[in-house]
Amino acid sequence: MIWQLDIVILVLVVICAIAAISVKDLLGSAVLLGAYSFLMCLLWTGMGAVDVAFTEAAVGAGISTAFFIAAIYQTTRRTRD
Amino acid sequence: MIKRNEDIIIQTVTRLLTPFVQLFALYVIAHGHYSPGGGFQGGCILAASFILMAVANDVAFVKRRLPERLTTALISAGVLIYAGIGLACLMLGANFLDYGILHRVLPVDAVKARALATLGVEIGVGITVMAVMVSIFLNLLSAGRHEEGAVE
Repeated sequence: MIWQLDIVILVLVVICAIAAISVKDLLGSAVLLGAYSFLMCLLWTGMGAVDVAFTEAAVGAGISTAFFIAAIYQTTRRTRD
Repeated sequence: MIKRNEDIIIQTVTRLLTPFVQLFALYVIAHGHYSPGGGFQGGCILAASFILMAVANDVAFVKRRLPERLTTALISAGVLIYAGIGLACLMLGANFLDYGILHRVLPVDAVKARALATLGVEIGVGITVMAVMVSIFLNLLSAGRHEEGAVE
């Protein structure tokens, strides 16, 4: 894999991971986690692990983001306590 | 929260896109032992098509096509296919999921029997994963009530 592209994707992965746990909005956090999954999918495709990348794209970015958003619909904007 | 909306663009695009998504999922399941893919990934893509239908229309739209009774039956059927193929190998005197022995009951040679049994296991895994994912999503969306998908 081209090492310049590798470094760019790795920096974006770290930025997405830190942003996903530090952002206050739950919906934004779920979307950032989906972006993190897609970047990891790119990284694994570059390493040649196409099967792992396929699973990450189908489960990590697709299904689990839908699950998170369905769970966020059950929450309210502000805490009760 | 998620009521039946009448947005004609979203509904038409969903109706056009769903058959291709499901066809690609079936390709991923059926071609899984030659190329990247397999039962788990194909089942997830098949479940994603139903999730797309639930998001574009509402929960009742999906539940008319895939009722809860059918989902529960499909979860059990996939596990039974997987365990049944494994136990069939065990009955014929080989190890669990040792497919090569199945050429005694199938009218093909050992290599072909191995490929066919792998396809059977992938189909079982795909059915179970699809039904579990759709069931989890509908339960999360409607807080277990299987109605409109709502918060108070």
